Amino acid sequence: MPKVTYVSDAGEVRVVDGLVGDSVMQTAVRNGVPGITGECGGVLSCATCHVFVDEADLDRLEPVSGLEDEMLDGTVVDRCPNSRLSCQIKLSEELGDLRVTTPEAQE
Amino acid sequence: MNSTAVAPRDTGVLVVGACQAGIQLACSLREYGYTAPITVVGAERHAPYQRPPLSKTLLHAETSPDAIALRSEAFYADHGIRLVLGERIIRVDRGDGGAGVAYAHSGRSFAFDRLALTVGARPRRLPVPGADLAGVHYLRDADDALALRAALAEAVDVLVIGGGFIGLEVAASARGLGCEVTVALADDRLLERAVGVPTSEFFLDAHIRRGVRVRLGAPPVRLLDDGHGRVRGAELPDGSVLTADLVVVGIGAVPRTELAEQLGLTVDNGIVVNEYGLASDGTTVAAGDCVACPPPVDLPDGPARIRFESVNTAIEQAKTAAALLADRPVPYWAVPWFWSDQYDLKLQVAGLSTGHDRYVVRGEPDTEKFAVLYYRGGHLVAGDFVNRPADFLAVRSALAVGRTIPPEAATDTTVPLKKLIADDPRQAVA
Repeated sequence: MPKVTYVSDAGEVRVVDGLVGDSVMQTAVRNGVPGITGECGGVLSCATCHVFVDEADLDRLEPVSGLEDEMLDGTVVDRCPNSRLSCQIKLSEELGDLRVTTPEAQE
Repeated sequence: MNSTAVAPRDTGVLVVGACQAGIQLACSLREYGYTAPITVVGAERHAPYQRPPLSKTLLHAETSPDAIALRSEAFYADHGIRLVLGERIIRVDRGDGGAGVAYAHSGRSFAFDRLALTVGARPRRLPVPGADLAGVHYLRDADDALALRAALAEAVDVLVIGGGFIGLEVAASARGLGCEVTVALADDRLLERAVGVPTSEFFLDAHIRRGVRVRLGAPPVRLLDDGHGRVRGAELPDGSVLTADLVVVGIGAVPRTELAEQLGLTVDNGIVVNEYGLASDGTTVAAGDCVACPPPVDLPDGPARIRFESVNTAIEQAKTAAALLADRPVPYWAVPWFWSDQYDLKLQVAGLSTGHDRYVVRGEPDTEKFAVLYYRGGHLVAGDFVNRPADFLAVRSALAVGRTIPPEAATDTTVPLKKLIADDPRQAVA
């Protein structure tokens, strides 16, 4: 079972057991992890699930799609090179554990 | 049953309706520090789930309602939210001060100190002969979606009645599954209540390009029986007949106001609430599709109350109602937004274009990537965006803080809209 570590903007750490096939966003929302809103449910419509992916995990992820790339340009906290929308990161055994930091604000 | 029952004072909040608004209300109550019991009662057997996928992915993918659950079981337990499923509340008795008891169809009762109604809306029924034939579907809940998915897998000719989001999303899904699809509607343009004319025209062309037949201004007057109680088509006002072995009706939704009416609350196309989500009795709160509320943005000469059917509104109204119950009242004031996915087209809408006196089109609609920005009295008030998500986010942000985008500059697609956000000179004067 892949684990996701969520680090808040203030440095609080929360580790959640994820389910294969769920996204990093879904895992956060269903378990009540603050810092990720995910209002649209994961269909690239709201850009409220912005996260900064740990550098060590970044290269293992699927590349950013065109639509995600455009959405990242409009996030409330400006994007960084390691920015992703967490609804687009699907958990799998191959991908393994992940660590992300949530931004100061999503809306 | 005792009609004068009054609950003890430690029974907390009862939320009627385990939907997006109901679950948000319960979650926000805990977030805002509410410590008394919270019970959420829902009529459906499924754990609370997201509704938007019902007309999209759930129709063409082997997804279950569990996969679109709003929260995990552990979440409810951890947050002290008691979830009761499969119970429909049919009557509420109250004493003084708002406390009372709600009774379910089964006879179970639920005592409460404060009542929250997040009862949603039901599909508007098709008022024509033949509407009760087999093969005629509505789409509102997960069971509807599962039944429709099974029917679509067998269907050849699909008739969609209605040209709103549900109708067009179903049309897109059915087309994706290889069905022949016709959309027939009473209005003379698609998405009439949701978007401006240029966006309506674009969606008409886009659906036709993908092989959907569209009959504007042609609401079926009768559904036809195949002789065995199954639908075989529909007759239009001009007497012509459309063949269909599956009919999907998406002609809007009607707020569920029975409980509110029984409680004597003011109802006018929805449970009337103020900007704090409070109903006319001064104690019941309500949120979501069942609610008629003051517009959450400036709307000069606009309606006194609006009823929205959107995820964003359900969430924001639920937060507002929860804040009131937790003694931290904050009025509902937010830029409404919503989206629709049809084929490879992503529509996003921000703000309310009601009463606009000018619009500019950014990009070429024929490229299926464009935006329409709406202005009223020189103010940016809304935008429709097709496959332009960055523009959507820029306009949503600008509207949220009362800023504008100069209309002349907005048509240059080489400049990101984000870079054009400017102070609104008219608001500065005001």
